[in-house]
Amino acid sequence: MIDVLYFAWVRERIGLPRERLETRATTVAGLVEELRAREERYAAAFADLSALRVALDQELSSFDAPLAGVREVAFFPPMTGG
Amino acid sequence: MRVAVQSGAFDLGVEVSAFSAAVPGAGAVVSFTGLVRDEGGRLSAMEIEHYPGMTETAIAGMVAEAVRRWSLVDALVIHRHGRLAPGEAIMMVATAASHRGDAFAAAEFLMDYLKSRAPFWKKEIGADGAEWVAAKDSDEDALKRW
Repeated sequence: MIDVLYFAWVRERIGLPRERLETRATTVAGLVEELRAREERYAAAFADLSALRVALDQELSSFDAPLAGVREVAFFPPMTGG
Repeated sequence: MRVAVQSGAFDLGVEVSAFSAAVPGAGAVVSFTGLVRDEGGRLSAMEIEHYPGMTETAIAGMVAEAVRRWSLVDALVIHRHGRLAPGEAIMMVATAASHRGDAFAAAEFLMDYLKSRAPFWKKEIGADGAEWVAAKDSDEDALKRW
C-alpha cells in the first residue's frame, strides 16, 4: 500500500487530498499510468506531466524514479512560495 | 536557526529585534518580508496551501545550505499558510553574518529557493473568482545563479 497525496489544482481536479492505494507500478511514471486509467478526473489531472512535480517520501523527485520502498507519493504543480 | 510554518500572523519588529539581539559576533542582519499585494484592488484574499512535514524539512535544508555557504551566525524563516488579506505579511527571512555582503546574499538565496522549492501553492481570491498562481520561468531561472 502506498499513500498518494495531491495538492493545489491537482487536489481540486481529482477531488480528494489523499488516498491509500495498491499499486503494481515500479516507477512514478507507472503509477501515473495506473491513475490515468482509473477515471476521467485522474486523466485530466495527469494530462500534462510537464505541469506537475512529484515528491517521494517528502523529497522532490522525478517521474522516472523507482517506487521501491516508497511510502508516500505527492503530486502537485510547480511551487509558488515566498 | 529557526524555521516556523504557521497560519498565525507574526510581528516583524519583534522578530527582527529578538533575532538581532541573539547573534553574538555578527556585524550585519538582513531581513526581507513578503506581503500580499492587492493587485490594484482586484485581490480580496490570498490562500496559501502547503505540504505539512515536507515544508519544514525543505526549508530547513535551504537554511542549512545558506548557513554553510555564507558562514551565517544565524538564520530565521517564518512562512504563513491559510487565508491572508492584502497587506498582510506572508513570510520573512532574516540572516546574520559578520559582514553585510554575506547576509544579503544568503537572504536572496533563501528567497529564491523558497519561491520555487518550498511546497507552498498560492491561490488568488478576487471578485471574479479564484485562480492558482502559476510559477514563473524567471523564478526557476533565478536558482541558476546559485
